Amino acid sequence: MTLLEVENLHTYFETREGTVKAVDDVSLKMERGDSLGLAGESGCGKTTTMLSIMRLLPSNGKIISGKINFDGIDMVSLDEDELRRKIRWKRMSMVFQGAMNALNPVFRVGDQIVQAIVSHENIEKEKAWARVEELFQLVGIDPNRAKDYPHEFSGGMKQRAVIALSLALNPDLVIADEPVTALDVIVQAQILELVRELINKLNISMILITHDLSVIADTCNKAAIMYAGKIVEQGDIMTIFKSPEHPYSQGLLTNYPSIKSERMRFTPISGRPPNLINPPSGCRFHPRCPFAMEVCSKKVPETIELERGHYIACHLKTN
Amino acid sequence: MSSKDKLVVIENLKKYYPVRMGLLQSLRSKERLFVKAVDEVSFHIKNGEIYGLAGESGCGKTTTGKLILNLITSTSGKVMFKGEDILSLKKGGIKEFRKRAQIIYQDPYESLDPRMTIFDFVSEPLIVHNIGDIEKRVEEALETAELTPPREFFYRFPHELSGGQRQRVAIARAMILNPEFIVADEPVSMLDVSIRTSILNLMMRLRDEFDISYLYITHDLATAKHICDRIGIMYLGKIVEEAEVEELIDNALHPYTQALIAAVPDPDPSVEKSKAIIKGEIPDPIHLPTGCRFHTRCHYMKDICMKVEPEIKEVSEGHRIACHLY
Repeated sequence: MTLLEVENLHTYFETREGTVKAVDDVSLKMERGDSLGLAGESGCGKTTTMLSIMRLLPSNGKIISGKINFDGIDMVSLDEDELRRKIRWKRMSMVFQGAMNALNPVFRVGDQIVQAIVSHENIEKEKAWARVEELFQLVGIDPNRAKDYPHEFSGGMKQRAVIALSLALNPDLVIADEPVTALDVIVQAQILELVRELINKLNISMILITHDLSVIADTCNKAAIMYAGKIVEQGDIMTIFKSPEHPYSQGLLTNYPSIKSERMRFTPISGRPPNLINPPSGCRFHPRCPFAMEVCSKKVPETIELERGHYIACHLKTN
Repeated sequence: MSSKDKLVVIENLKKYYPVRMGLLQSLRSKERLFVKAVDEVSFHIKNGEIYGLAGESGCGKTTTGKLILNLITSTSGKVMFKGEDILSLKKGGIKEFRKRAQIIYQDPYESLDPRMTIFDFVSEPLIVHNIGDIEKRVEEALETAELTPPREFFYRFPHELSGGQRQRVAIARAMILNPEFIVADEPVSMLDVSIRTSILNLMMRLRDEFDISYLYITHDLATAKHICDRIGIMYLGKIVEEAEVEELIDNALHPYTQALIAAVPDPDPSVEKSKAIIKGEIPDPIHLPTGCRFHTRCHYMKDICMKVEPEIKEVSEGHRIACHLY
């Protein structure tokens, strides 16, 4: 069953330098129970895509066109009040980047979660506290620590608490933006284990945004690769990671250092991602693409379905 | 191996930081407390080698790097650079040493002065050391760091550059005095994965072309595997294992090294998932566990581990380990 469908989303930012086309014609689809990894370099529009879905764009950002259908609800036209009462946190929640700093230092951790619960649901404080204790158990923190302040928590515990906060109202979809980037490797492995376990146990769906491809390979069942405001390839995890077809995905993956592979010299993709005020014509990747043809600088490649569920936007495949 | 091949030799290096206490607290407590950031660390770096020092945050790897360059004062120990004791150098000697050993910091957003042009920033070491021919040297250094055409970067400011370019500027500044040794403190951890590899390639090219040796400080064993020759693993101020890179990754003996390796996620979805073999996080460095510092998290813990601190010893050629299991 489809949980989230994004069609031809365009989100632009107005800046002094001009209009930044941060998300330009993005389409995504995920089923209930999917965990989708959204990968790409900084500034490719992955966070903006998610902020558009949550309708949390800063004031200079705007959804210009496109559809976001979340479980039958049209998210683009939903008014702010209804969004706040019915959708945000209750149906769809977010684990923000730098979760280490997402907790308010002057309130007890448990109180912050209680606050989130009682402001969305009409329940008594005691019941909300009981829920906090359950949540702590679920994410692997001793429930007695709920009365601690954030500074009494270690980095890994803060991350667990932020995950508990995102699950406080049993959402259908959790969006996690770089959830493990700031953590040490062993703590990262602990959190990734927890995330995999929660996906299985609670049957939630998740979108995981990261530039770290190995984190996606480790936790997700689907992946989408984003470049300069567009999704260039998406499909199930095995297809994307084992036989990527887009030259950009291939470039990212063959260069990805793995602890299991033989020692090698890397061959990075040359050049840098473009400025999104004046993106390159045609395919946005063509200035960096080793296989660029004449058509690539002239025509924007259409997204086609190569095999079932495997989408790609590249002239090499359409011609 | 003769001592000639060893560029840097570190012996029993220690750095203890006294813990600051309030007046009442200091009157009440009998002993002065210390954070033993680096405790009896010994290893060496060979000519032309990339030596990786790896471990989690707070293990003392950055402190070790700074001690080796005499950027902070050590509590005790020796650092020999080409046979010369760096830690006993006087002011003039340290200045000379700085020409031969440099550092690249982790965060290129912090390490570049935002008010200095790239030219001023890269040329500063030349002015400090009274070296002429500034323009030509800056041009060469930027070219060496693959910032081309170099003159286009002269009068730009850090905020106009991307993270990768900033790190190249930091490398140009480190290279301008033609050093023999560079401490690279997590040089790519703040950068996008796609840019990381190009910076690592640059570092390896400099090693090949200018015969530079590196101390590569990192928490990322996956990149370390591809660029380092040997790796030392640190835990709470101690080196717990050291070996050539392939031996260390394929045949890790210390339970902590094994846990670090198992925790690294792989970009191949068909291999085994990352695993957190050990629970919990690094203990409080002020109140270190007795005996082996790792015993509180170790699955193979025996009685002796709580009582006696294991010495580091060689178990096979070039493979050293500090663990009571061996």
